Amino acid sequence: MAVRAEAIVMGASAGALEALSTILPALPEGFRLPVMVVVHVPPDKRSVLAELFQAKCRIPVREVEDKEPIAAGTIYFAPPDYHLLVETDKGLSLSSDEPVLFSRPSIDVLFESAADAYGAALVAVILTGANQDGAKGMLAVVDAGGRAIVQDPDGAFAPAMPQAAIEMCPAARRMSLSAIAAYLQEV
Amino acid sequence: MTESLASEKIEDIEIRLLLEALYTRYHYDFRNYAMASIKRRLRQAREQLGFPNFSAMQESLLHEPSMLPRLLRYLTVQVSEMFRDPPYFQAIRDKVVPHLRTYPSLKVWIAGCSAGEELYSLVILFREEGLEDRTIFYATDISQDALHAAEAGIFTLDRIPLFTENHRKSGGKSSLSEYYQAAYGRASFDKSLRRNVVFSDHSLVTDAVFGEMHLISCRNVMIYFDRLLQDRALGLFEESLARKGFLGLGAKESLRFSPHAAAFADFVREEKIYQKRAD
Ligand SMILES: C[S@@+](CC[C@H](N)C(=O)[O-])C[C@H]1O[C@@H](n2cnc3c(N)ncnc32)[C@H](O)[C@@H]1O
Repeated sequence: MAVRAEAIVMGASAGALEALSTILPALPEGFRLPVMVVVHVPPDKRSVLAELFQAKCRIPVREVEDKEPIAAGTIYFAPPDYHLLVETDKGLSLSSDEPVLFSRPSIDVLFESAADAYGAALVAVILTGANQDGAKGMLAVVDAGGRAIVQDPDGAFAPAMPQAAIEMCPAARRMSLSAIAAYLQEV
Repeated sequence: MTESLASEKIEDIEIRLLLEALYTRYHYDFRNYAMASIKRRLRQAREQLGFPNFSAMQESLLHEPSMLPRLLRYLTVQVSEMFRDPPYFQAIRDKVVPHLRTYPSLKVWIAGCSAGEELYSLVILFREEGLEDRTIFYATDISQDALHAAEAGIFTLDRIPLFTENHRKSGGKSSLSEYYQAAYGRASFDKSLRRNVVFSDHSLVTDAVFGEMHLISCRNVMIYFDRLLQDRALGLFEESLARKGFLGLGAKESLRFSPHAAAFADFVREEKIYQKRAD
C-alpha cells in the first residue's frame, strides 16, 4: 500500500450504467487520477457513454482517440469495437485485434497493458457483468503489485464477472458500489 | 532510454532484441509499433508456436527463414470489413466524389488494404458513381498473405450478410450480389473489379512515396504505430497527395496529436476525412 496510485482502470458489463452512475459522478472536481474504463457495448453502436457521463460528472469525460496522451483527472471510455491499451509512455492506443473472450473492447487487454505501464501504482476495479472478462487482467495487476477492487458479487446486478475475478485473485478487496466510490477518492 | 535499461524487464529486453533481429535479418521493421499491442501478440505467438521464451524464438527466426511468415501472421492484424463504418463511405460518396468528378483521371491509394475489403468497397463505390474507368487504385500492404487474398477477392459466405448490410447503409446504389458469385461457401468477387487495381508490397514504415494521389484511404493501420511512426506515415501522405487531395482515416484516428495537422483541413470532421491545404 506504500505506492501512491497514478491511475485507475475499470471494467463493467451487464448492469454497467447503474454501477458506473454510483461511482463516476462521485469523483470530485480536481480529482488527480486518470480513469480508463472498458464497458462491453455492441460494436455497431455509436457510443453515447462519454456524452452521457459528461452530463453527470464533475471531471472531464472523453471517448478515446488513438494515441491520446493521458491527462490527470480525466475519465476515458474505450470506443465500441476497439481494444483500449495503455502504452508505457502513458499514451492510449486503440487496436482492432480479434475480440478476446468475445469482447472488443476487452477488460483483460486494458488491465494487462495498464499493469505493464503502471506496475504497483495502479488501482483496478471490476464491476457487475455476466461473463469472465477482467479476471486474467486483474491477476496481471496483482502480479505487478497493483491494487485489486471487486464489486461485491452479492450486491451486483450480474455477479459472474466479479465472482470470476475473486476466484482468480482471492486477495482482491470486495466492496459495495458506494464503498468503491468512497475508496477511489482516498487512493 | 539507456539509463532505464538496468530496470528493463527481461521480457522487454528479449522483445526489443527479437524485433531488432527481425529488422536486421529480414527488413520488416516493427521496432516503433505501439508496443502494448505488439507485446500481446508476440506473447500469443510464443505460446502457440511453443517457445519457452523470446530468446528461443529469436534463435529460430534468425536460422529458420520459414519462421518469418509464421511470425508475421501474428504481427500484422488482418481484421476488416467491406464498407466498415458505413457513414465513412457515405461521406466519400456524398462529399468527396463531387470534387473527384472534376478531374479527368484519378489515383486512389488504399494503404494497409488487408484482404481487400476496403479496396473492393471503394472500387464498387467508384463504379456506382461512374468514376471507376478513370481511376487507378493502388492497394498496398506489408503482408503477402493479405495481398494474395486481396488479389483473389474471395471471402467466406458467412461474412456477406454484414458486407451487404454495410453497403446498403453506406448509400449503395446497386445490390452487392451483382459483384460476386457464391459457390462452396465462398463469394468470389468479379475480376472486372480488379481491372484498374495495382497490388503492391509497400510499407509505410520503410518505403517511399510512389505517385501523386487524389484520395488516400488509410484506416486502422496507423493505430498500430507509435507517434513517431505515425508522423512518418502522415509525412508520406502529405507528400503523395495532390494539392487539395483527400485523406481518410479510421473512425477513432485523428490528426489532432500530429505535427502534420497544419498541412490538412478538416473536410468531413466526424468521418475523419481531411483535405490537404492548397498552401
Ligand atoms: C486492421 S487492418 C486494416 C484493414 C482496413 N484498412 C480496415 O480499416 O478495415 C491493418 C492492416 O495494416 C497492414 N499493415 C501493418 N503495418 C503496415 C505497414 N507498415 N505498411 C503498410 N501496411 C501495414 C496489416 O498487414 C493489415 O493488413
